Amino acid sequence: MKGTSSIDPASLQMLKVARDGGLETAWDRYLAQQPQCGFGELGLCCRNCNMGPCRIDPFGDGPQKGVCGATGDIIVARNLLRMIAAGAAAHSDHGRDIIETLRGVAAGEIKDYTIKDENKLKALAREFGISTEGETVQTIAEKLAEAALEEFGTRKGYLQAIDRVPPKRKEIWEKLGIMPRGIDREVVEAMHRTHFGVDNDPANLILHGLRCSLSDGWGGSLLATEFSDVLFGTPRPVRGRSNLGVLSKEAVNILVHGHEPILSEMLVEAAKDPGLISAARAKGASGINLVGMCCTGNEILMRHGIPVAGNFLQQELAVITGALEAVVVDVQCIMPALGQLAACYHTKFISTSPKAKFPGAIHIPFDEHNALETAREIIRQAIENYPNRDKNRVFIPEEATAYVAGFSVEAILSALGGTLIPLIEAVKNKKIRGIAALVGCNNPKVTQDYNHVNMAKALIARDVLVVETGCAAIASAKAGLLLPEAAELAGAGLAEVCRALGVPPVLHMGSCVDISRILTVAAALARELGVDIADLPVAGSAPEWMSEKAVSIGAYVVASGIFTVLGTVPPVLGSNVVADLLTKQAKDLVGGYFAVETDPFKAAELIIAHIDEKRAALGI
Amino acid sequence: MPKEVLIRYDRCLGCRSCQLACAVAHSSAGNLFGAVLNGEKPRTRIFVHQVGGYKAPLNCRHCQDAPCIDACIAGAMHKKGDGTVTNVGGEQQCTACWMCVMVCPYGIIRSDAEGTMALKCDRECRDETGIPACVRACPTGALVYDEVDDYSGRRRLDVLHRALSNV
Repeated sequence: MKGTSSIDPASLQMLKVARDGGLETAWDRYLAQQPQCGFGELGLCCRNCNMGPCRIDPFGDGPQKGVCGATGDIIVARNLLRMIAAGAAAHSDHGRDIIETLRGVAAGEIKDYTIKDENKLKALAREFGISTEGETVQTIAEKLAEAALEEFGTRKGYLQAIDRVPPKRKEIWEKLGIMPRGIDREVVEAMHRTHFGVDNDPANLILHGLRCSLSDGWGGSLLATEFSDVLFGTPRPVRGRSNLGVLSKEAVNILVHGHEPILSEMLVEAAKDPGLISAARAKGASGINLVGMCCTGNEILMRHGIPVAGNFLQQELAVITGALEAVVVDVQCIMPALGQLAACYHTKFISTSPKAKFPGAIHIPFDEHNALETAREIIRQAIENYPNRDKNRVFIPEEATAYVAGFSVEAILSALGGTLIPLIEAVKNKKIRGIAALVGCNNPKVTQDYNHVNMAKALIARDVLVVETGCAAIASAKAGLLLPEAAELAGAGLAEVCRALGVPPVLHMGSCVDISRILTVAAALARELGVDIADLPVAGSAPEWMSEKAVSIGAYVVASGIFTVLGTVPPVLGSNVVADLLTKQAKDLVGGYFAVETDPFKAAELIIAHIDEKRAALGI
Repeated sequence: MPKEVLIRYDRCLGCRSCQLACAVAHSSAGNLFGAVLNGEKPRTRIFVHQVGGYKAPLNCRHCQDAPCIDACIAGAMHKKGDGTVTNVGGEQQCTACWMCVMVCPYGIIRSDAEGTMALKCDRECRDETGIPACVRACPTGALVYDEVDDYSGRRRLDVLHRALSNV
């Protein structure tokens, strides 16, 4: 939808407030950046050494090689590998923080968190070959955390969770030499290979990109999910509300934004503190209203039904409501613009991670060892700030759509009665045509939520069960697609299944690291059927992606054998060799491959055609 | 008075975005991804060179008394009503004799990829607001599309502000 900023009425109302107030948002900055650099769009500039920077003329008119002799193919491949490495690093470092917290809890060093899911702890321990018989939960947790931390630098050959994938998949990875050997190792090797004068074979570079991404999907991200479940509880279906209308006119509003649940979980705890609630009342507020945004919002909505104020492009809009006492952030997807914007209001912008500081932010270092007190201090600051709210400048849109989220693998299994068989039966008898995973960000290159919502609707209408994470899932929450009632928008077969199970046709499976949940389900389905993941009638899509994490996700989903449609153009078109590798040859190499389609309706058709092709091959 | 592409040399960073935008504007697809995916090879008509410490863009000055028009034996090169000097849409077709190339004081006329026609800035790249593609693409404002007197007026004011601001 050219020329429209968003399909979300709340966003559109807030953008008008922004315009009237002369306030700048990402949409304005995106316009100010036009036209964006064509060399960058094609992936044809290289800044990896100081003989450069170099760029390659895509039309053959100017230089065709960098100073070192690197062609466009080499430069595009190197740049893509670096994007994957950065994305894998972000997810995996998040995972490490979660495991470190579990280790601290087990060792008794960290007192404010407890182990919420002992069954999952024990199941993971068994997976890692750790004996649980007669051992205390503490001992198991300590051993498991140590074993999981070993995964980052392991020398045992390959990552533990690789044993979850079907044997055929393992063979493919072994044959191609892309079995992920260690989480940190693949990122380090990616940076080594892309250093000046190392790997200069585009195919070899891309193959390592796949390996590096697999160390994220089946490594860092997967551990982040599993260990978050152990510490904070495995999500179960839960109801909540979504969009900017969840902000309160009367209460102290605290928005928690970023990615890791370590901070947000403790804020959830602290916000229930009766002392703090009366402190808020003493300041004239009705109470404390904690709301989430982006993936840290997803973490707490999955586990507690905490309201989610919006997805990536709404972070600035939430400040512009004038109703936020504090924006509390940890890591990833936090716009550095927030500091300057918050300064236009009474809003306190509070950073908490030693890894992520921002201009205009107050830094309150979040220490896991003193977690509850730090969370209380953050909430106290927000409460203190409440009297500074200028009520004349408050504008909160009404939109606050209900959602049902919390579909972990365990929750899905439980809805199915304990096994995947009913799901497989529904796929076999074509009540469910196939499964599509819609994930990823917002991007001002796309009308906000337009691709997400339209793809989801087009797919469920054709009996494709949609599973979602991240900002895609929040888009569906806001559009009402995460409600069992949305079954009426589904095709007859899918609607029947949804009604029988009481579930929505679009399942919210969590934050962006929780795409590992989707991988786990896909692997389990393939094992159950005795086939490879690539044989399943499933597909993936990142309809509005923007971050390097999304590049790593796309790569590990494809490397795991799943066809993936990208809704924004990746910076690879400067090389036919790389573009061909990703969109064609990958199919023969790993079963999965990429397509780029910016129109959500055409993208849905690509997915349906792929699902039908896979169904035909399976003879169902 | 016609508008000209005027260059603020101190602002050029040498990114060559103008060259890329010029080439894309002269492609059949008319957009970067389309031109690349079609395998087109459009050529730029603006050039960025490194000259000593300067990064220097140069394009056709669309001279009032243009030597390329005088030298064009074929009768292809001509001046349009808006001041644009071009060999596209003239009385005759360009014969690739390169007389224009030889007489151009700035060296901004070049050959097409096949050597069958002279290529130069034809201002056929202007968008709906009338701004040339190279100017639109320039991220630093090194390229300005303006009437000469407006440009020089702003330049005078700029110099005077700087010179007198401390007086």
